Amino acid sequence: MAKITFDGIEVEVPDGTTILNAARQIGGSIVPPAMCYYTPLKGSGGKCRACLVRVAAGSAKDPRPMPKLVASCVTPVQDGMVVENTTNPQVLDVRKGIVEMLLINHPLDCPVCDQAGECDLQNFAFEHGVSTTRYQEERRTFEKIDIGPLIQLHMTRCILCYRCVYTANQITDNRVHGVLGRGDAAEIGTYIENIIDNDFSGNVIDVCPVGALTDKTFRFKSRVWFTKPVNAHRDCPKCSGNVVLWYKGNDVLRTTARKDQYGEVKEWICNECRFEKKETSDWTIEGPAHIDRSSVISANHYELPVLNQSVVADLPASTQRDLEKNPPLKLGS
Amino acid sequence: MGRKLLTEHINVEGIDTLEVYRKHGGYRSVEKALKTMTPDEVVEEVKKSGLRGRGGAGFPTGMKWSFLAKPEGVPRYLVCNADESEPGTFKDRQLMSKLPHLLIEGMITSSYALGANTSYIYIRGELLYVLRILEKAIAEAYAAGFLGKNILGSGYDLDLHVHPGGGAYICGEETALLESLEGKRGNPRNKPPFPAVQGLYARPTVVNNVESIAAVPVIVNEGGDEYAKIGVGRSTGTKLISACGHLNKPGIYEIELGLPVEEFIYSDEYCGGIWKGRDLKAVVAGGSSVPILPKELILKTAAGENRLMTYESLSDGGFVTGTMLGSGGFIAMDETTCIVRNTWNFSRFYHHESCGQCSPCREGTGWMEKVLHRLEHGHGHMEDIDLLVSVAKQIEGNTICPLGEAAAWPVAAAVRHFRHEFEWHVTHAKEAAQPGAVYRAGTVLV
Repeated sequence: MAKITFDGIEVEVPDGTTILNAARQIGGSIVPPAMCYYTPLKGSGGKCRACLVRVAAGSAKDPRPMPKLVASCVTPVQDGMVVENTTNPQVLDVRKGIVEMLLINHPLDCPVCDQAGECDLQNFAFEHGVSTTRYQEERRTFEKIDIGPLIQLHMTRCILCYRCVYTANQITDNRVHGVLGRGDAAEIGTYIENIIDNDFSGNVIDVCPVGALTDKTFRFKSRVWFTKPVNAHRDCPKCSGNVVLWYKGNDVLRTTARKDQYGEVKEWICNECRFEKKETSDWTIEGPAHIDRSSVISANHYELPVLNQSVVADLPASTQRDLEKNPPLKLGS
Repeated sequence: MGRKLLTEHINVEGIDTLEVYRKHGGYRSVEKALKTMTPDEVVEEVKKSGLRGRGGAGFPTGMKWSFLAKPEGVPRYLVCNADESEPGTFKDRQLMSKLPHLLIEGMITSSYALGANTSYIYIRGELLYVLRILEKAIAEAYAAGFLGKNILGSGYDLDLHVHPGGGAYICGEETALLESLEGKRGNPRNKPPFPAVQGLYARPTVVNNVESIAAVPVIVNEGGDEYAKIGVGRSTGTKLISACGHLNKPGIYEIELGLPVEEFIYSDEYCGGIWKGRDLKAVVAGGSSVPILPKELILKTAAGENRLMTYESLSDGGFVTGTMLGSGGFIAMDETTCIVRNTWNFSRFYHHESCGQCSPCREGTGWMEKVLHRLEHGHGHMEDIDLLVSVAKQIEGNTICPLGEAAAWPVAAAVRHFRHEFEWHVTHAKEAAQPGAVYRAGTVLV
């Protein structure tokens, strides 16, 4: 076990844990943002540089500070390490710069983007960015690329986090897409205009932190904050069948894998569950899904009346009146 | 006349053949090391020599070797980084094409010291003709029993392969080179783990520059202590400098470390002064990635002492008044040079060569290049100059590999030392857009 001090808070974690995951054990707003790191994907992390932190002391044995900021998602902890994140002005300054860099070639088309409301870059920019940019040059744009009937690739929005590439490499037999070109001309693409075609291809949609890869069966049907997430499962021969159904009224608008509080998929799901099972009768409903990070969705306090009845009494009178007017969804109907 | 340890016989007819090379003392170090020394003794000699990596970073080679993890029953690798491609740096190419057996001899001795039974020379793909020369020389070495099984009856086996890269500058970064050698896209890896622990095929690996490896036979033959007597302080031995730009005699020179920069530029033994009798304006001392210095700072340190060709003297004063020896790519610029145009040119290179993996480098190198393009073509604003510095600062130190720094340093240093020239490009926009404008502006700028 290694004991580290993260922003003045001491935490003990198993050897080999990364600084980011140590911070996640503390939780809350001191956890560094991560755009490219994704726990289930081996080799991910270290690319977006959003999670840079300052190591003020390397370890108890060698207390010298690390000369440069380090990517917390790929740097393992050492016993006695002292890490500064929100307490270090240099780190916060760099983070501002990273937001500015990422937004150079990511259009602010949130009003028409399907990822709005659950976009990691939106959250990152809100928490660490500034309201203006100093970039005046022409921005990178791409022609739309058709990569099949299920997934829409909007390369213009891509921030090249490589998550979808790792997903394609690691959870399916057929690697059909990757990164082409280099520098700011790099792009995600299928090698010779091709479709992404395998049973688990839909997972690239879930791992995309922005709106570069979206679900063609859901596109433009609703804003995410007008839908209600519900945990459900089915007996699936290909995957675990544990999913979240996103309801609008009684209609299932889309199906996604279940994610943890950091937006990381817990279990990959197959395309049949994701794209084909859109009837409530296809599923066994478990109850409302817990959403605690994507602020726009959780702002509705949708889950509270169902999950914890005692809390309902503490709700403001106005919310209680709203609830009486619009009672919680009857599940399974 | 400085001593020539590596290039003494470079102009001998047929020195690229095994026969002639052996007549001039070739492969003595292999015989000495394999027959009379243990691997640890070879490492010790290299440590004693004080040899520092000649690829740019200047890390002590012997120390790097001693970091190599040595678990039993696991293969270790030596990889020679011959992917030289930084603008202004062209010394390894010459060394390999003229003296292929020197590199092979160095590879054998070094591999023996490191306990590696398979070694690679990763060569830049464009250097196809050098690859052919090396392959021919390796075949000769195999035939003579210097490579293969049971070398010289010592019981030591070594296979040596030459691997051409695809022509990407980033593959000169050691971890990107290893990725490329493994057949993958040449993207740098996150460190740690370092190659000494997990390198090629996740095995302990040492990556050394061509010139560093070529120095090993000399060190083994003469002894580390003798080698360390050459040079100044922690900058020991000789260094190949590829001199180019506005010099009377551009070329590749082997110098003893410690030579004054002024002597290197102006003496007839080396560069012979600035061409056409013009005045020197600035020098990039170690390849295009290191900070540029104006004439007064490259000849004398901030304290007024003679600037020497050593790792320490060139970096004296940090980046405010210093630079780096780097890979020894010495680019001299005369008084007619437009620093803005030159910086834009460097910036174009780094923008083009960024792998695109991490966001500050991917987006920042392009941003800098575009702002410099604007300034150079007379569309810039005063605030663009501070913007350049700010973007360079956002990139520096925040990227996966040193390409970020390589892109940021030249820009930051150019603004630091030649800010007035950037300002002139804004105030004299129309004039600045014309070629040769800086020279015509005369003493205002230079």
